Amino acid sequence: MGEFFETIISYFEFPFVRYAFIVGILIALCSSLLGVTLVLKRFSFIGDGLSHMAFCTMAVAAVVGLTNNMILSLPITIFAAIILLRSSTNAKIKGDAAVAMLAVGSLAIGYLLMNLFPTSSNISADVCTTLFGSTSILTLSLADVITCIVLSIITILFFVFFYNKIFAVTFDESFARGTGVKTNLYNLLIAVITAIIIVLAMNLVGSLLISALIIFPALSAMRIFKSFKSVTICSAILSVSCTALGILTSILAGTPVGPTIVAADIVVFLAFLLVGFILSRIRKAA
Amino acid sequence: MPLLSFENLSIGYDNNIILDNLNISIEEGDYIAIVGENGAGKSTLLKTMLGLIPPINGKVTFSNGLKRSEIGYLPQQTLAQRDFPASVYEVVLSGCLGRKGLRPFYTKEDKELASANILKMGLKGFEKRCYRELSGGQQQRVLLARALCSSNKILVLDEPVTGLDPKVTNQLYEVIESLNKEGITIIMISHDLSVLKFANKILHIGRETFFGDKESYFQSNNYKNLLMKGDEK
Repeated sequence: MGEFFETIISYFEFPFVRYAFIVGILIALCSSLLGVTLVLKRFSFIGDGLSHMAFCTMAVAAVVGLTNNMILSLPITIFAAIILLRSSTNAKIKGDAAVAMLAVGSLAIGYLLMNLFPTSSNISADVCTTLFGSTSILTLSLADVITCIVLSIITILFFVFFYNKIFAVTFDESFARGTGVKTNLYNLLIAVITAIIIVLAMNLVGSLLISALIIFPALSAMRIFKSFKSVTICSAILSVSCTALGILTSILAGTPVGPTIVAADIVVFLAFLLVGFILSRIRKAA
Repeated sequence: MPLLSFENLSIGYDNNIILDNLNISIEEGDYIAIVGENGAGKSTLLKTMLGLIPPINGKVTFSNGLKRSEIGYLPQQTLAQRDFPASVYEVVLSGCLGRKGLRPFYTKEDKELASANILKMGLKGFEKRCYRELSGGQQQRVLLARALCSSNKILVLDEPVTGLDPKVTNQLYEVIESLNKEGITIIMISHDLSVLKFANKILHIGRETFFGDKESYFQSNNYKNLLMKGDEK
């Protein structure tokens, strides 16, 4: 056991491992906080749609030759998020179809651009990294880490300050609006924050797996807990521990980071599903 | 002095007028039942009154110190609420949110108000229970307690007894009646005609609009037509 910890500690002497750990934990925390709201608002797939959009903008950034692709991907993803969340209420093309359209469309365009204007000799490795985040979390620069910390703090502060409003807007939008809560404003803010989280999470798990980071902790927590507050807290704890576990495992076992984290999330979900089932049986019997 | 009044009000969506030229004033302490066929514009009228959709013409005026944000509202239940993890206390407390503006957290007064309304609706001991696991009648009482947190002057209810069995329906009507006796103005949409027993004024909307007290409504053609429609079903 002591040997095991020594190995881990020796890994943490490398700055890139520390960066990966800090960024991973922060992203996990942010995504799980908002995940509860997105799942309950029936927006689980928004993460998918937006992350594909972010993939497309990163391809564009690479083609244009931008070194920091967040300059381009962040504003465009925020814009797409606002359009998507707005359109779910009044639009010609309904919510799920719009998301699907955006997701596959931008994925195709992104890959097409990368092929037409290759920036490196190994395109498939580039694509794989962007889709599954295989190594990008381990190649973060200090600037990336600082950007991530700042954006995460903004997200967490937003969530804490508007927690009660987020609850009201999620639980019963027409009541909230009828009693004078500015629901449009809060929906807009939720959209912006979702986009920020997704652009950040591209680094951690890649664009195909972001949805897992958003929905699994929330769904696991909902199997057992019954109040909004307890579900939110539980989902944050689950997300952070699964991510920590996933990063450590992938460093030790040499597996890709994103899929390892998602695998940990799935195992926890199955465990919570079972416990929730047993608890409901016990309650019925009593 | 009326609490709120509609002046030349025309309502509808996207310039399609559903209901034209409505002139009504609602007095403090009234118990108004809004009846009419499906699609006549009952829910649209409520939403216009609450400011959820803009009126096409005319206006809704609040007087006697009533503000729009001081209307207690009991909307129809949404699909999302069926599997929403929320405790009774969290739901009731959210009724205090409307008047808080940008202030982020609940105060001690808010929490006391929520607890008092939980007690009033006979939900003591249910605070930590999950909203989705309650019976239909209990859920409606939770939503009533929430509406009471946002207003102690006027309550607007959209089909509150849908899906409830006759016994629970009557219990809910009794609760609402007792609130009316305390001086809270009630405006209720209902398909269930037993509400007419409790109301003092009826607003019938449809081809012919009727607004007036119960006794003259029972003599009107609107009422006879509505009864005949009911028999055909």
